[in-house]
Amino acid sequence: MKGLKIVVLAKQVPDTRNVGKDAMKADGTVNRAALPAIFNPEDLNALEQALRLKDKYEGTEVTLLTMGPGRAAEVIREGLYRGADNGILLSDRAFAGSDTLATSYALSCTLKKMGKIDIIIAGRQAIDGDTAQVGPQVAEKLGLPQITYAEDIVSAEKGNVVVKRRLERGVETVEGKMPMVVTVNASAPECRPRNAKFVMKYKHARAVSEMQNADEDYIALHNNRPYLNIGEWSVNDIDTNAEELGLTGSPTKVKSIENVVFQAKEAKVLEPTEEDMGELMKELIANHTIG
Amino acid sequence: MNNVFVYCEIEEGQVADVSLELLTKGRKLADDLKCELEAIVIGHELKGVEKQVMPFGVDKVWIADDKRLYPYTTLPHTSILVKLFDEEKPQIALMGATSIGRDLGPRVSSALHSGLTADCTSLVIGDHEDKKNKKEYKDLLYQIRPAFGGNIVATIINPDCRPQMATVREGVMKKEIVSDAYKGKVKNIDVEKYVKPEDFVIKVIERHMEKSKVNIKNAGIIVAGGYGVGSKENFNLLTELAEVIGGEVGASRAAVDAGFASHERQIGQTGVTVRPKLYIACGISGQIQHTAGMEESAMVIAINTDKNAPINAFADYVITGDIAEVLPKMIKQYKENTK
Repeated sequence: MKGLKIVVLAKQVPDTRNVGKDAMKADGTVNRAALPAIFNPEDLNALEQALRLKDKYEGTEVTLLTMGPGRAAEVIREGLYRGADNGILLSDRAFAGSDTLATSYALSCTLKKMGKIDIIIAGRQAIDGDTAQVGPQVAEKLGLPQITYAEDIVSAEKGNVVVKRRLERGVETVEGKMPMVVTVNASAPECRPRNAKFVMKYKHARAVSEMQNADEDYIALHNNRPYLNIGEWSVNDIDTNAEELGLTGSPTKVKSIENVVFQAKEAKVLEPTEEDMGELMKELIANHTIG
Repeated sequence: MNNVFVYCEIEEGQVADVSLELLTKGRKLADDLKCELEAIVIGHELKGVEKQVMPFGVDKVWIADDKRLYPYTTLPHTSILVKLFDEEKPQIALMGATSIGRDLGPRVSSALHSGLTADCTSLVIGDHEDKKNKKEYKDLLYQIRPAFGGNIVATIINPDCRPQMATVREGVMKKEIVSDAYKGKVKNIDVEKYVKPEDFVIKVIERHMEKSKVNIKNAGIIVAGGYGVGSKENFNLLTELAEVIGGEVGASRAAVDAGFASHERQIGQTGVTVRPKLYIACGISGQIQHTAGMEESAMVIAINTDKNAPINAFADYVITGDIAEVLPKMIKQYKENTK
């Protein structure tokens, strides 16, 4: 049986749980250099769905696609360690300052160039923006149907995909035709851990921009083992309209940003004693807050 | 032309609360802009649906009624909005930040190349000066939202593209009837002219929807727990206190992620926004992601082992202590004082 061709859209994101003061630049865009970078959590759920389809349908190929600076190749290595077959890093200054729409445009141009794809799977949203927009926007640009909020890609056979969705007030099972875009929720199964065999195989996998300072031996190693070369595409490798890229191609602009300041107000400080708790309850009952 | 549009979600013949909240906000924006408010309802068996929305100050209701349009699927709803927006050129289009709005909004914005801002917590009209290009913009929609895990609040604008699109979560805006007698026009959409046969490629095979059993949004008293509660067992203490004083249990995202409470109880930027008369925050540190959803509470009691927890800045009463020690005392004292 012929397998599926799956592309997983993954994003390297700043770990928003560890944000410092210099996280934002003056123009309101994110200063990624100042933050620890991780594999966007829901994109890992998406990768797991792709790997499960690969386990199920022989001959399936899973390719990761990520857009970002050179160091975003880390996301592709992480995917290879867990069972993906290969990856493409889309990296160019031309994409700097992209909002979700300009990002979707660049990704859709890349996907068009990648040839026939059966399913594009992405995480529902990234933790740095929480917008959940790129998946559907890519689908629209490619003219493909979409299934969002997926929890389980139940099957992908004979051109049909069956997906279980988790919505805020229930579950839904839907069926659609390939090719299509699926975005995956955090409620989907967690991604499998790294496989030691794949870590050994791919630990020296590098994108071109990571090879700038490589010595001759390292270059020779990569020439002998082509699978260690992570595909890296620039704007010149895809067909785009420059007007729709980066800051220029982004209809939304950041007008201003404010750091969040807590307004202090006078609080009554109580000890965790029976006496203080008794006083508190009497007060709350007296002013009709409770009771 | 150039009016404010609100996409109204339908569940079992009822317009969703979030849509009515957006109509209320949309009315306000339309007043500020001196334009009209228009609602779009797409679904099936919608006879009389205009009566549900007009009291919120709707000047025109667009209705697309066809059995293939309910339950919601992405493509036909997208096709209708894209064509209608193309014809009517709204300056602003709002929808709920729900699993429908967040599926539909980006699709429509991508087709129209218009900017969309997700999960806005505030929407106001204002001007903008583009100093670099020496351009002045009047009456833009300021789309204000927390960003970057809630560590900053960003004001987003779409200077050049229309409509200016935004999604807003349920419970963030207030719902307010303008007048039961408010009269608008009804426009029926000829569905065949708006959809394509291939829009129906996705079929809903099975569907289990339930009315949200937990109603923290309208609760007068909320006992909410954070990661600091420590365990599911300790969370039971919150439930006990809530039952005794007649409240609901809420949770921060960290507590939900840790499995202490279900997602429907989540309060904050990625959960619901609440405005109870009493909010008891247990083991919640007070990250902006959480406080964004509870800062309008009339009274706040913060219980925390850390006496410098940021939540204390919002509190009327600060109790520094362990949940397992404090809550049983509160329960006991409440019972004794209400005998």
